[in-house]
Amino acid sequence: MSATNEIVLGESGLFDPTAPLAPSGNLRRRSVVDRSVQVTATAAALAAVAVLVIIVVGVIQHGASSLSLDFVIKDPQGLAGGGIVNSLLGTLEIVAAGAVVAMPLGILTGLYLTEFAGPRSRPARVLKLALDMMQGLPTIVVGLFVYGLIVIPEHQQSGFAGAIALSIVMLPLIARASQEVLLLVPGTLREAADALGVNRWRTVLTVILPAAMGGIVTGAILAIARAAGETAPLLIADGIYNPNTTSFNLFHGVASIPMFIYTSYDLPLTQAVARAWAAALVLMVAILLANILARVFLARSRAKMGA
Amino acid sequence: MFALCLFAGLLVVATLVDVIYQLANNGNVAISRFGLGFLVHSAWKPGFHIEGAGGLIYGTLVSSLMALVLATPLGIAIGLYLSMMAPRRVRATVGPLVEMLAAVPSIIYGFWGLVVLVPFVESIEPGLHSALGFIPLFSCISPNGISTFSAGIVLTVMILPIISALSRDLFLTVPQDLRDGAAALGATRWEVIRGTVLSTTVSGVSAAVVLGLGRALGEAIAVSFVIGDSDVRSTCVFKPGASLAERIANQFPGAVNPLHTSAMFYAALILVVISMLTSLAARLIAGRFDVQASLGRAMT
Repeated sequence: MSATNEIVLGESGLFDPTAPLAPSGNLRRRSVVDRSVQVTATAAALAAVAVLVIIVVGVIQHGASSLSLDFVIKDPQGLAGGGIVNSLLGTLEIVAAGAVVAMPLGILTGLYLTEFAGPRSRPARVLKLALDMMQGLPTIVVGLFVYGLIVIPEHQQSGFAGAIALSIVMLPLIARASQEVLLLVPGTLREAADALGVNRWRTVLTVILPAAMGGIVTGAILAIARAAGETAPLLIADGIYNPNTTSFNLFHGVASIPMFIYTSYDLPLTQAVARAWAAALVLMVAILLANILARVFLARSRAKMGA
Repeated sequence: MFALCLFAGLLVVATLVDVIYQLANNGNVAISRFGLGFLVHSAWKPGFHIEGAGGLIYGTLVSSLMALVLATPLGIAIGLYLSMMAPRRVRATVGPLVEMLAAVPSIIYGFWGLVVLVPFVESIEPGLHSALGFIPLFSCISPNGISTFSAGIVLTVMILPIISALSRDLFLTVPQDLRDGAAALGATRWEVIRGTVLSTTVSGVSAAVVLGLGRALGEAIAVSFVIGDSDVRSTCVFKPGASLAERIANQFPGAVNPLHTSAMFYAALILVVISMLTSLAARLIAGRFDVQASLGRAMT
């Protein structure tokens, strides 16, 4: 930095105590840079919020006109009529089936990392890396994996295959969330149980899990909300091209909201596209609401645990 | 109980190994036929002549790198704003709002991208072309806004919340004392940020950027709506293009023959290797920062 930050001199060449204190030279440059950085950062944050607003408003604008109570509670009729209740229930079914697989496994993985393996031990490090990689798997790849694992041997795409694919999306998120909450359970609780001579698994079941349950459930809800919006795994593993399917047999194709949007947009009917928008609105509202509620809940349970 | 937990952990590791196995096994026909030449050749005419995924890899890299170039400075700026500058109230509302961008499903990004963003891109492309046309990347005009460029913009929006949430969490780990010390030496706010905040978290922020890249590389549905899934014939980003993940989403359900299906498994194998490498790289670069934990929080 060049030293142009001189003391202001009066006309006589001596220090003039009455000269204005406005920054000059280098100091002025520094404060200009500082100011512009702050303005840029604020503008960037505003831009991100603006993009969110544009997306939400866009979906509402396009979707609200075709949205009605009938749309949410009736079965579809023909290619572009009726409602989407079959897709709604189908999504619930697939996601619930996926959660039934992912929740126990995710919680057990979290328990393994916090209660049984030392945080720096080799198995724990390998498992953490594996969870990272699982979380980073592109969802389309998860779809292809399940296609090879289940669809090819079974010779048909099914809601079950879709549920397994979604469980792979959920598992690392649930495991991570459980691990974090379990780490917040005070060590004194474990020590108290140890001092009473309770063995490890009983401590886990009766002391640690109940204390962490609120946080684990919230984490699971967030993971489920994420999985509910996934299209790529269902496209490959469930692959339902007839959005009018009203079968809920998990071992056949089951309709879902993301696939309804994906297939309706392809139909050469303006009405079908409008219905896709309405379904997108339903999906977006449901997911954002689940997110907001879970966050509020999470903040509350974290506060309760004193973290 | 220990056995059950160990079993769950082993299952996670086994699943990952099985992912590689399934993709390699089902892609076997394509792998043995094309070998590594698949990575550079780019002829992809299902049913007639498939030689490689070079064009898809190019489209994947260009759209993701474009997203990275745009989202990194923006994301870091948002992270700085949320951790260092915003008043507490603003922080508590703007932070979750930015994270909401990560919760929006990719199909909605795709749909929105096609209907709202693509026409917008179409309107700004001629301007960009005339200003930057001397660079080969921008040397063409698209008939409509469907292009690799639009895919890059959608990916920017999708990875922005990841980079900003992760960098915010990293910046918050910088001790207040360190910042106070710099301020006491007469540093301006920016100098404090540059000297203490950015310099101590540079490894974590780089890891966050790598994680963002990983997500952009693997995005299928949102990209498939706006990129056009066409043959990649030129390097120009204003032309319709294709990417690995997007090609699979578009063509897998209607694959014309076993070679076509197999080639897509091969493409998925490339994708999974890239994504595992980014996860590994992020962990190695991040050092003491646990950016993956923040990613888990930001993604859900």
